[in-house]
Amino acid sequence: MSFDTIVIGGGVMGCSTALHLARGGMRVALVDRGPLCREASGVNAGTLTLHMTRAALVPYAMRAWQMWMDAEQWLGMGVLATQVPGLTLAFTEAECALVELRAKARREQGAPIEVITPERARQIEPGLHPSLLKAGYCEIDGFASAYLTGRAFGHALKGAGVTVFENVPVEGIDSGDAGHVVHFGGSAGGVREPLRAKRVVLAGGVWTEPMLAWLGVDIPIKVLVNQLIITERIRPVMRSVLSVANGLLSLKQFANGTVLIGGGWQGEGDRERGGVEARPQNLVGNMRLAAYAVPALAEARIARIWLGLEAETADALPIIGDVPGVAGAYVVGSAHSGYTSGPFMGRIMAQHILGQEPDLPLFDPSRLLGMPMPGA
Amino acid sequence: MAEISPHPIPIPVDVLVIGAGPAGARAALRARACGLDVLLVDENPDAGGQVWRPLPPGFARVLGSTPSTEARDGDALRAELRRAGVACLFGHKLWNVGTSLRADLIGPEGSMSWQPRALIVATGTTERVVPFPGWTLPGVIGLAAATILLKSQNMLPGRRTLVAGTGPLLMAVATGILKAGGEVAAVLDLASQGDWLRTLPSLAARPDLLWQGLQWQARLRAAGVPILYRHGIRSVEVAGPGFNICTQRVDAGGQPISGDAAPMFAADAVTVGHGLVPGTDVTRLLRARHRYAAGLGGWVADADADGRTSVAGLYVAGDGAGIAGAAAAGAHGELAALACAHDLGRLGAASHARERDRLQASWRKSARFGHAMAGLMALRDGAVAGIAPDTVVCRCEDVTRAEIDAAARDGARDMNQLKAWTRCGMGPCQGRSCGDVAGALLAMHAGSREAVGCFTGRAPLRPVSLAEVAGDYTYADIPIPKAAPL
Repeated sequence: MSFDTIVIGGGVMGCSTALHLARGGMRVALVDRGPLCREASGVNAGTLTLHMTRAALVPYAMRAWQMWMDAEQWLGMGVLATQVPGLTLAFTEAECALVELRAKARREQGAPIEVITPERARQIEPGLHPSLLKAGYCEIDGFASAYLTGRAFGHALKGAGVTVFENVPVEGIDSGDAGHVVHFGGSAGGVREPLRAKRVVLAGGVWTEPMLAWLGVDIPIKVLVNQLIITERIRPVMRSVLSVANGLLSLKQFANGTVLIGGGWQGEGDRERGGVEARPQNLVGNMRLAAYAVPALAEARIARIWLGLEAETADALPIIGDVPGVAGAYVVGSAHSGYTSGPFMGRIMAQHILGQEPDLPLFDPSRLLGMPMPGA
Repeated sequence: MAEISPHPIPIPVDVLVIGAGPAGARAALRARACGLDVLLVDENPDAGGQVWRPLPPGFARVLGSTPSTEARDGDALRAELRRAGVACLFGHKLWNVGTSLRADLIGPEGSMSWQPRALIVATGTTERVVPFPGWTLPGVIGLAAATILLKSQNMLPGRRTLVAGTGPLLMAVATGILKAGGEVAAVLDLASQGDWLRTLPSLAARPDLLWQGLQWQARLRAAGVPILYRHGIRSVEVAGPGFNICTQRVDAGGQPISGDAAPMFAADAVTVGHGLVPGTDVTRLLRARHRYAAGLGGWVADADADGRTSVAGLYVAGDGAGIAGAAAAGAHGELAALACAHDLGRLGAASHARERDRLQASWRKSARFGHAMAGLMALRDGAVAGIAPDTVVCRCEDVTRAEIDAAARDGARDMNQLKAWTRCGMGPCQGRSCGDVAGALLAMHAGSREAVGCFTGRAPLRPVSLAEVAGDYTYADIPIPKAAPL
C-alpha cells in the first residue's frame, strides 16, 4: 500500500499531524504498535495550564488550549476540556520568590499570569491551606480527561479518511530517493506487507530516540516516569487547577468528583518496560503535597495509581521539524507539557509538510545533534 | 531529591501469605512446619475465609446451639493456627505489592511494609452477576453476600427472598434462609436438571456432598418452594415495600427464550449469583502471565501444579488460582508452601517429591467435584448476549451495555481502551465486579477473551485514604523535588 505520508506513532501529536495532513489533501496512514493514545497521550493528568508550561512554549500552549476547548468543533468529539482558574502556590519565602520569577518569565511570553495575595487566592479557591503566602493566578487554565483523547481523534481520523493501523509495531524504515518503506515486526511482521510513502513522520514520544536510529540519526531523548494518583468520587473540594511554585504538583477535581494528583513525581520504569511501579516515598510525598495544599483531600480514598512515560530532549524543548539529513522524513514530539500543546504542535508540523508557513516557528531537530543530555 | 523513608523500612520475612481462607491458612501452616518464617495476612478479623467465615468481633454463638460443620471446621483451623504459632495480621488490608514482592499494608496502627522472599496469593474469588435491569437496587444482593449474612450473623436478606443464578450456592442459600426462619419465594436456576445430573460422577468420591444436596432439595420441596430450572431473572422492579421479579426461560447457553411467558414473583429481597471469578488483582498488578480458562472461572495466573507463576517468588493457591472448591484449596495451599520451602532451599528434593505426590493425589480427588461445580458456574455466552442494551454493567460508574457496544464500534478492542473510553472498571472495585462480563461483551466484537485481555492491575488493591498513606507530617516533611525546567 502506498501513501503520501505515513505517521508513525498514534499519540496526540501523531494523530493531530495525520489529521491536519489529511485535511490538507494528503493520503495519510497512521501506524501505532498499540491502540491509539494509550501511552502518554491517554494516561497523563490532562492539565491544560500555563503555570506548568515552559515559558518559551506559552504562545504554543495558548493556541493549543483553545484547540482543546473547541475540540468538539474540529474533532467532532470532545475530551471534556474545561476552563477553570489556575493557581500556583507558595508556602515558603523561597517559593514566593520562585512564583514571582516564573510568573514574570511566562508573562513576558504572553501568559496572563499575575501574582495575588493569599486572601484573593482563597476567594478563588476556598479550600486552600491557611499557610498560603502567595499565588500565581491565570484565568485561562483548565483540564481535560486525557483518557478520551484516542476516542476523539479516532473519530476525527476516520472522518478525514486517514488509514489507521493499530497494534502493528514498526520494525524499521528503508529510505531512498523513491521514498520510504515501513517494515513491520512482531506478530505483524510475517503477515503485513510493508507500507510505502513519499514522507514519514516520527511521532513516537519517548520512543522517538530508537525511531530516529532507524534513519541513522542519533538524538538522545530522556524518559520521565510520572506517577499519577486518582481518588474516588468525592464531594466538591476544589474548583481550580492547582500547582506549586516549583511545578511538581498538579491537582484538579473533575466534574465526576474524582481528584487527580500528579506533578511529575518519578516512579520506576523505562522505555523498554514502560511504567513498572510507583516509588513508595514518592507516592507519599506527592500525596502529602496534595493533601497539604487542599486539606480536605486527606479524607479522600485513592482509587488508582498508575504511571505514564514523558519524553524530554537535552534542552527540554520540543523536537519538531525535518529529520537531519533524511529527505522527506520529519519528527514531532518531546514538548514539555506535551499534552497541553500537542494538538497545536501537530498542526504546525502538518503546515510545514504541506509547504505552508507554520502559525509559529518549529523546533529544529538538528540543534540537538551532539548536544549532551544534562546529568547524563 | 532528598531521599526520605516515610514508609517504615520493610520488615523481612521468608513467606507472606495473602488471604487466610482454606488455601492461605493451610499454606501458612505448612510453611511454618517446614521451618519457614511466615506471616499470614487477611483483611477479615480472623482466619476462615468465606467458607469458614469467623463470627464478627463481639459476636458469640448462642449457648447450647449446635454449630454447623463449617463453623466447627473453621474453629478447628483457627485453633490450629494458634497452636502452631503462625504469625497472623488480621484486620489488615494489603493495598500495594512492589515488584520486589514488598507488601504494603494498612492496619489499625497505620501503614507498614513487609519484604518477603516468597509471596503466596490465596485471595479467593469474587462473585459474578450477569446484569439485568434492577440488579443494582438496594435489596438485590449476591449469593455470596447472602451466605455471609447467614453464616456470620444468622441474618436474613429479607422476609421473603427470591434466590436466583447458578451453582451450588443456590440451594445452600435457599435452605439457609429456610433454616434461619425466612421464606423463599422461588429458586431460579440457569442450569437444567440434566446439567446437575452430569455432575454426579464427580460426586462419587463425595457421598457426603451428594447426600447434603439431596437433603437441601427435599427441604425446599417440603417447604413448597418452587424450583425453576433453566430460568433466570428478566428484571427486578420496585413495587411498594418490595420487588416484582419477572423471570424468563433460558436455553442451554443461558440465552433468554423470547416470547415465552414465565412466572412473576413478589419478594422483598433478591439474592443472585452467576458463579465465581478468581481474584487475580495481585498477580495482574505484578504482571504475571495469565491465561483465560472459562472452566476455572475466567482469567487465572498461568501457574504450574505447585502454584508457581511466571514471576519468581510469586505463588498462587486455592480458588484464586482457578476454581476447584474449598475442599481442594487446602491441599493446593500446602503444595504452594512446599514449593516455597523447596525453592528457598529449606526442603530437599526427595522429601519435597514425596510430600508433593501425596498432596497432589489428595488435591486431584477433591478438585474433581470443585471443577464440576466450576463448570456449572462458568459464564454462559447466551446469558451475556441476552443482556439488554440499557442495563448497567459497571455499577461503580454506571456504564451500560449500549455504551460498551458503542465503544467497541468506535474501535476499542482491548479492555484498557474500553476502560478509558467508557470508565467501565474505573470505580472503587477496580473492575472486580464488572470485568468478567464486560470482557465477554467486548469479546463479542473483538473475537475472543484472549484478544481483549483483562484490565491492567493497579494499586491500590483496596481503597486507602490519602491520610492513611501520607501519615502525620508538616510541610517541611514533604520531600519537594527540584524544580521543573522554566
